[in-house]
Amino acid sequence: MNLKNFQIEIKNKKRLIPQVLTLLFIVLGISYFAFNAQVNMGNRGIAFGFGFLSQEASFDIGFSLIDYDGSYSYARAFLVGLLNTLLVSAIGIIIATLIGVTIGIGRLSSNYLVAKFSEVYVEVFRNIPLLLQLFFWYFAALRALPLPENAINFYDISYLTVKGWYVPKFIWSNFSIFIYSIIASIVAIIFVSKYAKKQREEFGKHIPSFYLGIGLFFTIPSLSFLFGGVTLKFEIPVLNQMTTTIFNFQGGVSIIPELMSLALALSMYTATFIAENVRAGIQGVGKGQKEAAASIGLTNTQILKLVVLPQALRIIIPPTTNQYLNLTKNSSLAAAIAYPDLVLVFAGTALMQTGRAIEIVSITMGTYLLLSLSISSLMNWYNKSVAIKEK
Amino acid sequence: MNLIILKPNKENLHSYLALGICLLSIGFLDIFSSIFLNLNITFFLPSVISYLSPLILSALGLHFIRIEYSGNKTLDKINKNLNSSNFNAIMSLIVIFVLIKYVPPLLNWTFFDANFLGNTKEDCTGEGACWVFVKVWFNRFMYGMYPNVEQWRINISFLILLCSIFSIFILPQKYKKYIILFLLFIFPVIALNLISGGILGLKWIETGAWGGLSLTFIVSAFALIFCFPIGVFLALGRRSDLPAIKYSSIGFIELWRGVPLITVLFMSAVMFPMFLPDGTYMDKLMRVIIAITLFEAAYMAEVVRGGLQALPRGQYDAAKSLGMGYWRMHFFIILPQALKLVIPGIANTFLALVKDTPLIFVVGLLELAGMIGLAKTNPKWLGMAAEGYVFAAFVFWVICFTMSRYSQNLEKKLSTER
Repeated sequence: MNLKNFQIEIKNKKRLIPQVLTLLFIVLGISYFAFNAQVNMGNRGIAFGFGFLSQEASFDIGFSLIDYDGSYSYARAFLVGLLNTLLVSAIGIIIATLIGVTIGIGRLSSNYLVAKFSEVYVEVFRNIPLLLQLFFWYFAALRALPLPENAINFYDISYLTVKGWYVPKFIWSNFSIFIYSIIASIVAIIFVSKYAKKQREEFGKHIPSFYLGIGLFFTIPSLSFLFGGVTLKFEIPVLNQMTTTIFNFQGGVSIIPELMSLALALSMYTATFIAENVRAGIQGVGKGQKEAAASIGLTNTQILKLVVLPQALRIIIPPTTNQYLNLTKNSSLAAAIAYPDLVLVFAGTALMQTGRAIEIVSITMGTYLLLSLSISSLMNWYNKSVAIKEK
Repeated sequence: MNLIILKPNKENLHSYLALGICLLSIGFLDIFSSIFLNLNITFFLPSVISYLSPLILSALGLHFIRIEYSGNKTLDKINKNLNSSNFNAIMSLIVIFVLIKYVPPLLNWTFFDANFLGNTKEDCTGEGACWVFVKVWFNRFMYGMYPNVEQWRINISFLILLCSIFSIFILPQKYKKYIILFLLFIFPVIALNLISGGILGLKWIETGAWGGLSLTFIVSAFALIFCFPIGVFLALGRRSDLPAIKYSSIGFIELWRGVPLITVLFMSAVMFPMFLPDGTYMDKLMRVIIAITLFEAAYMAEVVRGGLQALPRGQYDAAKSLGMGYWRMHFFIILPQALKLVIPGIANTFLALVKDTPLIFVVGLLELAGMIGLAKTNPKWLGMAAEGYVFAAFVFWVICFTMSRYSQNLEKKLSTER
């Protein structure tokens, strides 16, 4: 054996040994825990398995987007919880983005009051734990709302009470045609913008694709009302007297206080982080960029649209994606105020009833993991598409 | 159009100033009378215009006093900061009106109408907050169910912690590392034994009785101390060129970062006992600290990785050319520089950790927020949720705000040094 081979062998050993040790450690650890789990479950007389998912859940859930009662299976209960989690996350993400962008731009305002107000907002809401904010909204602020008979009235169509926010319910007929018309309008918009881009690049013709797009977005769905037989009626909530002292609203959609406080707390908390991202993004675009754009004669709107925003978005989007993910994960705080989200329904009630800790906790964690990984990979893909393409 | 013709300039400055201030005062009179006297002085107008009249009047007033280079310093300052355009003027007015409407009631509730004296709920006769609640329960909010006579043990532990942190800043460089080693290895043992007792004649106090704000600090301090080394090793593992180590580190980090803390705590409460040998029992608080440690270690690893990536390659090459091995290179050359770079990131992780501790309520441990939840359901103190949560929010805000300011200053200091 010559020296060179010996050296390579030593180097390989040096690379191999730590890896084997790590893998051994992981495998041993997992099998130790698995062995203990098996013994423990054997003692309690339960066998590992996911068969319980098809059993009857026999508990009720207070708020559900799909048909559900106690006679449905645990899998259905899981779905209800997941949908509730997604609902509150979606609402939270939309509101948080709106508030965050406004506050973030406000922090850069030349107006002293607006800038100071935004700063105070960020510093106050960012430095209070989310759970406390949630408790504050749920136990203090929303509990102070009036009873149904003295409801806060929004133009006689919507009422805010301590029992929830009652809004009109949409009653659709031929709803699927309406959805198809929206899909058709989106396809048409994509087609128009592609065509406009081609015309601009090849012939230098300018087609106002933005306004055309807005027009298409409203005309095609409204055509479905005229010719597609789609109708939309509103069911307005009405105050009913149940007994001499108890009043309640009937009809319409009731947004329960749990959902309201969760959406409020999540969006106001996450908005502070989004605001900071937006501020950093706009500040990150060099002053020279704006001056250069102005010197070649672009208008203010053009500078914003063509020079500042594309560069700022590149800085803003990655951390903001992280915030969206955090919001989705933080929505699990719902368990603290009994909003029936995934954690409360599945890792709470279902676990209590079946006692299947390992299966249920791993399904719950797996779901969140899948959710996080899919959102982050989607955003990574988008991020790549807006990244600087170096030639 | 009218507004453009009526463009104020230096010649007609005084008349415009008078007109503008007049309109502005009418606008403010309107808003004050409608908020404080409940009297709408523009009742004769249609309802929408009447509602917006203060805004319209004051915006007009601000338009008239927007005079460039008026020569009056105060006026120029106002115009520059609050009134640079019609849009800015309206924004300023909206902020001012919102402040006028909501700040006085808030101040009244918090201070002027609030009750500070007394010992029972019946002493709260005023309209405002009942701070008596916080006063009576203060001890519980700070120490949980920890027996009153034994609370000096918690105080002493925190005193030692504060003193040693403080001495890091004043002692010369030479002794600093001993203090840090003391904090990392000896202090946790001392504090744990002192607080839980059971040795040296100290009364044993089970962890179920620990609570309040001190529990917040205990959990976050222990989790920080333990998660730091794990995080450093994970970060090194993630940057390792050995595939097995690299991918197991990535898997570990992404697993914890992808799930909410609350499910991790659920895991520690219901799933973890299943993984222990039959018959062994691990304390609830211990399980929570382990769970939070593993969770935060993943975040810490990402912070440290940022520092490792920011170091120029030359540092690695130089260390290798001196014949240093992997561990010597990292411990003496790479980590000291990388960790210094990420001190603000570590501070932010700690901040997030402190803000996350209230979540331990899911396993039944009652820190500050949990104690308030308990106190507000006490039959003698019903309806005190707002006071309790405002107090807790204030306490947490002071802690987190100080820390975030400190980490921002540190960030500024470090960024100028480089």
